[in-house]
Formats: sequence, structure tokens, C-alpha cells
Amino acid sequence: MRARIWGCRGSLATPGHETLRYGGNTSCVEVRLDDGTPLVLDAGTGIRALGLELVREGVRKIDVLLTHLHLDHIEGLGFFAPVWNPETELHVWGPPSPVRSLDARIGRYFSAPLFPVDLAEIPARLVFHDVPSEPWELGGARLYAEPISHPGPTVGYRIEENGNSMAYIPDHEPALGVALESLSPDWVSGYTVAAGVDALLHDAQYFDEEYSERMGWGHSRLSDAVSFGHVAEVGSLVLFHHDPLHTDDALDDLRGRAHELWRNGGPPPEVACEGMEIVLA
Amino acid sequence: MSRGDVGFAGTMEAARSKHLVLILAREFASQLSLPVFITDDQGKLVFYNEPAEETLGRTFTEAGEMKAAEWQAIFSVETLDGRPMPLEEMPGGVALLERRPAHRELRITGLDGVRREIAITAFPLLGHERELFGIVTMFWEQA
Repeated sequence: MRARIWGCRGSLATPGHETLRYGGNTSCVEVRLDDGTPLVLDAGTGIRALGLELVREGVRKIDVLLTHLHLDHIEGLGFFAPVWNPETELHVWGPPSPVRSLDARIGRYFSAPLFPVDLAEIPARLVFHDVPSEPWELGGARLYAEPISHPGPTVGYRIEENGNSMAYIPDHEPALGVALESLSPDWVSGYTVAAGVDALLHDAQYFDEEYSERMGWGHSRLSDAVSFGHVAEVGSLVLFHHDPLHTDDALDDLRGRAHELWRNGGPPPEVACEGMEIVLA
Repeated sequence: MSRGDVGFAGTMEAARSKHLVLILAREFASQLSLPVFITDDQGKLVFYNEPAEETLGRTFTEAGEMKAAEWQAIFSVETLDGRPMPLEEMPGGVALLERRPAHRELRITGLDGVRREIAITAFPLLGHERELFGIVTMFWEQA
């Protein structure tokens, strides 16, 4: 299994000369299972370029796993080339809501005045799935999704294949009102998703000094992201969902501070950037 | 064995985290000055906050998680006229068994041996498709 990052910016796409090295596209990660089956994690603006690649390859069946439906995680769907091909079978997975179905919620984006084409007019065959509460299988992988702490229905994903594992929790505020390392793990949001994985991609949107004015917005400060990695005893931590205000230089600083905080052994935390590949073998 | 094997074997079957709704309920309760007592979908006591410790007579760290039958026996819940109160008559029991909010005044004996009259309001934590995650019980001592 390997993962490639196509977008790791949080909240708003941020192109420009100050974000060239880490990238400005919003959340999208491609996972390739050992047999080549593609899984797509989130549909931020990074999914546009990935879609062109999948069309070139002639991939016909694609599973897109959405963590939640905030705009920065779905805004690329309308520009994902495979959806304009009637031969594509696109399975969209997302968190259940007590109020509306997944297709009805995504249909709010694919409708006037936000988008010129209605969901019903999309040529690809779309199949919507609420994520199950128990592990399930796609291709040769076992997946698990669990609700996590973020405003609105939101899940994190765990993917396992042939003894390798990764977790993807791009929007997460597990330390809201609590000190993570003082809790037993069963009281930590997202613990089951991340426990013991080889690689964890996790929200680290804010520097610690920025957090007090953004508490409750659903994102982690750096020290909480690192603490979560400690509690879950992950093999490696990749810091994700960069704040639009954070330039390349600021993210270099984030990496340095993360290295100072990390005390789990193994490789120190990395900062996600577009084009980064994570190979799990 | 890879880390991935350890993760699923060690986490999914053994140390699975509580549902997010319970985690958020605990975080919420931890910030309140009102005593709050939280049980899971089986009626097992999973948390009470610091203000509740005064009424219940012991810290939660000392008391720990308890099955429903265990905490009912320990806290000796009874009606105001001294009759033992079965679970189905307690507000928490109504919320658990009938999945609706309930309110009542009753008497308990805390783990410190002191008998107190308290008012209790309990409500079920119902999620998607009315799945029950647990019960939140708030209470306060009667003057």
C-alpha cells in the first residue's frame, strides 16, 4: 500500500509564491492498494489533478472516502474528471447524518446557485454509502471509520492491508477541553482509528500560540497533534491540513517545533506537502 | 508482527475507544459546576464529574466504572418515603429503557454513607437512526 498527497491545505485553497513547496490545494490523498486499486481520501481541490491521472490510466471504478462535507473536502468533486465519464462507477463514502442522506447533502453543492450542473445530471454512475460502524473491506484492504471530534458529522479512516496500516484524520480537535495525555486512551477521540498505525496523517492546523482564538473550530494545535501521536503510539506522524495563513517558511518552523516535541522514537514528524509519497510495505 | 497487526488486534477487540458522543458528553460535563453522571448504552457508569463527587461521596477515580446493578446497590437509591427504587423508576432508568427524558426527586446514600435528597433530570443520548449511546443524568441536592 502507498499513499500520495495531492492536497494538504486546510480550509481554503492557497495558491501563490509563498506556498509553492508545500502546496495550496485542499485535502486529497490517493491510496493505492497492493493490487493497484485506488482509494481517494477526500475531494478537496487536489482531486482535480488526480482525476486527470486516473483518466489517463483508464481507471473505471473509484472509491472516494469523505471525512466530512465541509467545502474544502468536497469542492473538487465537480472538477474530478472521472465524474464526467459515463463509464465511471464512483462510490462515495461519507459520515451518516441524523438529518439528511449523503447524496442529499452532496447535492446541495451540486446545485444552483453553487454549481451549474445538478447532481442528477452527472454522467458517471454515482453510488453513495454511509460508512458502516464496523470494519469493512474494499479491494484487499480492511477499512474502519469512526466519528471524531470536529463540528458536524465527521469520521477518520483507518486502512489496513497485508499487515501495513495508515490512518487519515485531517480535521480533528481531540484535545478540546481536555489534556490528551491525562486520559486513558479509550476516552480519546479517534484513538481506535489511529492506534498503532504505521503512518498517521493528522490535523496540525495551528501553532500553539494561535490556538486560543480558534478553540472549538475543530482543528488541532501542533502540541495536541503530537500528543495524539504519542497516545496512539503511531509509527510516523505526518502533519496535515495547513492553515491558509501559513507560508512555506512557517511550515518549516512547524516541522522544527514538531521535532522538539516528539518523543516516541522512530522517525520525527513530517509536514505534508503535495507530491509526498508514503510507502507502507 | 507489524504495527498494523498490533493496532487492530489490540484496539478493535480490546481497547476500543468510547463513542464520540460519550467522549463529548464527558468533556462537556467536566466543564460544569452542576453534578453530572454518565452511563453507557447498557447503563454502565462510565463517568461522573467533580461536582458529583461531593454528592456521591467518592471521586470517580476511586470509584471507577461500574455496571448498572453495581452502582444501584452502592448508591442505595430509594423514594422519598424510603422505598427501594428499581431501575425502571429512576430517571436514568426511564431514559435508558424508554429512551425519553425524565425527572424525579429521590434519596440516595453516597459512598461516604450520608443520605441525601436530590432532584434528578436524565436524558438519552440518541444519535443517527435513534441509536442509543448513553444517558446523561444531572442532579442537585434539595435544600
